[in-house]
Amino acid sequence: MTTIYLLFILLLSVVVGFELIRKVPATLHTPLMSGANAISGISLLAAMSLAGGEMGSYSTYLGAFAACLATINVVGGYMVTDRMLAMFKAK
Amino acid sequence: MDMNILINGVYVIVAALFIMGLKLLGHPSTARKGNLISSIAMLTGVIVTLLDQAIVSYELLLVSMLIGSIVGAYAAKKVAMTSMPELVSLFNGIGGLASVGVAWASLMTDGISSFVVFVSFLALVIGGVTFSGSLLAWGKLSERIAGRPLVFKGQIIVNVAVLTVMVAGGTQLLNSPQSSDIQWLIFVTALVLGLLVVMPIGGADMPVVISLLNSYSGIAACAAGFALQNNLLIVAGALVGASGIILTNTMCKAMNRSLKNVLVSGFQKVTSNSITLEGEIKPISADDAYYILEAAQSVVVIPGYGMAVAQAQHAMKELQVLLENNGAEVAYGIHPVAGRMPGHMNVLLAEADVSYEQLFEMDEINPRIDGFDVAIVIGANDVVNPAARDMEGSPIYGMPVINADLANTVFVLKRGMATGFAGVDNPLFFKENTRMIFGDAKETLNGIIRQFAD
Repeated sequence: MTTIYLLFILLLSVVVGFELIRKVPATLHTPLMSGANAISGISLLAAMSLAGGEMGSYSTYLGAFAACLATINVVGGYMVTDRMLAMFKAK
Repeated sequence: MDMNILINGVYVIVAALFIMGLKLLGHPSTARKGNLISSIAMLTGVIVTLLDQAIVSYELLLVSMLIGSIVGAYAAKKVAMTSMPELVSLFNGIGGLASVGVAWASLMTDGISSFVVFVSFLALVIGGVTFSGSLLAWGKLSERIAGRPLVFKGQIIVNVAVLTVMVAGGTQLLNSPQSSDIQWLIFVTALVLGLLVVMPIGGADMPVVISLLNSYSGIAACAAGFALQNNLLIVAGALVGASGIILTNTMCKAMNRSLKNVLVSGFQKVTSNSITLEGEIKPISADDAYYILEAAQSVVVIPGYGMAVAQAQHAMKELQVLLENNGAEVAYGIHPVAGRMPGHMNVLLAEADVSYEQLFEMDEINPRIDGFDVAIVIGANDVVNPAARDMEGSPIYGMPVINADLANTVFVLKRGMATGFAGVDNPLFFKENTRMIFGDAKETLNGIIRQFAD
C-alpha cells in the first residue's frame, strides 16, 4: 500500500512540474538547469540519516560520501543560480 | 514517532516552497526571489532532518557536509559564465553519484523488501549512467576530449550486451541484495552504459545531452526516494526530472530531430552533393561595415557558440550602446540551440549587461526580421542556415532557423570558411545581401567600435 501512495505522490509532482516548468521562458533556461541541479541535491536528506548512523559501518561511509556530493550540488547550484539571476536586468 | 511526524510535516512545507520557487522562476523579474525561496526550503529540510533519530553521530556527517559546502561555493564563485555548460554537466554527474551512494547504502540495510531492492537497483543504474555520461559530456564541453561524435561498428550490439548483463545483475540482486560483487557489477555496467550513450553525440547536440542528464539526475533522486520511502525526495526528484524532460524536448524540436535520432546517430553524413551553391563570397572590412551600421535604423544581432568562444559579448554590448546613441534600435534574436546548453546565449548577454527585454526568441524575431536594416550574425552558422528552410535534401532541411537572410544587409562575423557542426554548406554566405567579415569576432567588433569613436 505504501508503494501505491508513493506512486500517487510521484504522479502529482510530475504533473505540477510539467505545468510550472513549461512556463519558464527560454531566456532563463540556464538558471533553470543549475537551479534543478541544486534541487536534485535533495538526496542530501536521505544521505544525512545514513551518514549519521552508527560509526564504522559500510553504509555510514557511503552515506557520508553521498552527503558530501549532494552538498556540493545544493550549495554550488543555488549560489551559481543566484549569481546568474542577479545579472538579468530590465532596461 | 512524534519526531517523525514533525519531520514529515516540515517536508510538506518544504515541497510547497520548492513549487513556489519554481513558479517564481517563470519571469526574469521574480526569478531571483524564486531561487532564494527554493534555497531556504532546502535549508529548512536539512535542519529538520538533523532531528532524525536515525542520526546518532554527527561528526562524520557535519565534516562531509562542510567539505561539500566549501567545494560547491568555490565552484559557484569561480566559474566563468562561458563555462556554465561544463559546470552544470559536472553538477549533473555529482548529483547522479550522490543518488548512487544513497541507493547503495540502502541496499546494505537488513531485511529490505524486493520492491526496495528493485528501486535501489534503478537508482544505482540511473545514477551511474548520469555520473559517467556527465563526466564524458564535461570532457567534451571543456575540450579535454574531442567533441566530435564517436561511432563504432556494432555499437548497438555492445549496448544490448551491456544492458543484458545489467538486467541479469539486477535479477541476481533480488536474491542476494547485499552481495557486493553484484552491486559492483551493476554499478560498473551502468558506468559503461553512460559512456556509450554520450560517446556518439557531438558538440552541437550537447544542449540535448545536458538536458537529458539533468533529467536523469532528478529521476535517480526520485528512485532513491522510493527506496527510502522519502516523500520529499520523490517530489523534488520528479520536479527536476520533469524540468529536464521539457528542456530535452524543446531542444530536440529546435533541431527538428527526434531524441532517438540525436542519441543514436551522431549526424547523418551528407549524402548528396547535388546542391550547388550559386553566388560568391563578398568579404568586407570592419571599416566598411561601420559605414553601413552608421546609416542603419534597426539592427538585429544573432549570436551563436562562436560568440562564447571569442568572449565577444562585452564588445557587442559596447557596440549596442553606440548604435543606440546613433538612433538605431537594437534587438537580439536567440535560437533555442545556440550555444552548448539551453539559454547559454541569454546568460552571456545578461553578463554583458544587455537587458533581457531586448532578447527575443526565434518565434518572436522571425515575423519582423525583414524590417531590420542590418543583421549581425556572430559565430552562428547552422541556426541561420536558409538551406533548412528552402533546400530540400539538405541534412538540416526542416530545422527551424532564424531567417537572418531576410534582413536588408547581413554581416556574418566568422573566423574562416569552415562549415558548421552539421558539415553543411551555408547558402547564407553566398547571398546577394550578405557580407562576410572574417577574423576574431571580438576584434572585428572592437574595430567597428573604434570607427564609431573617431
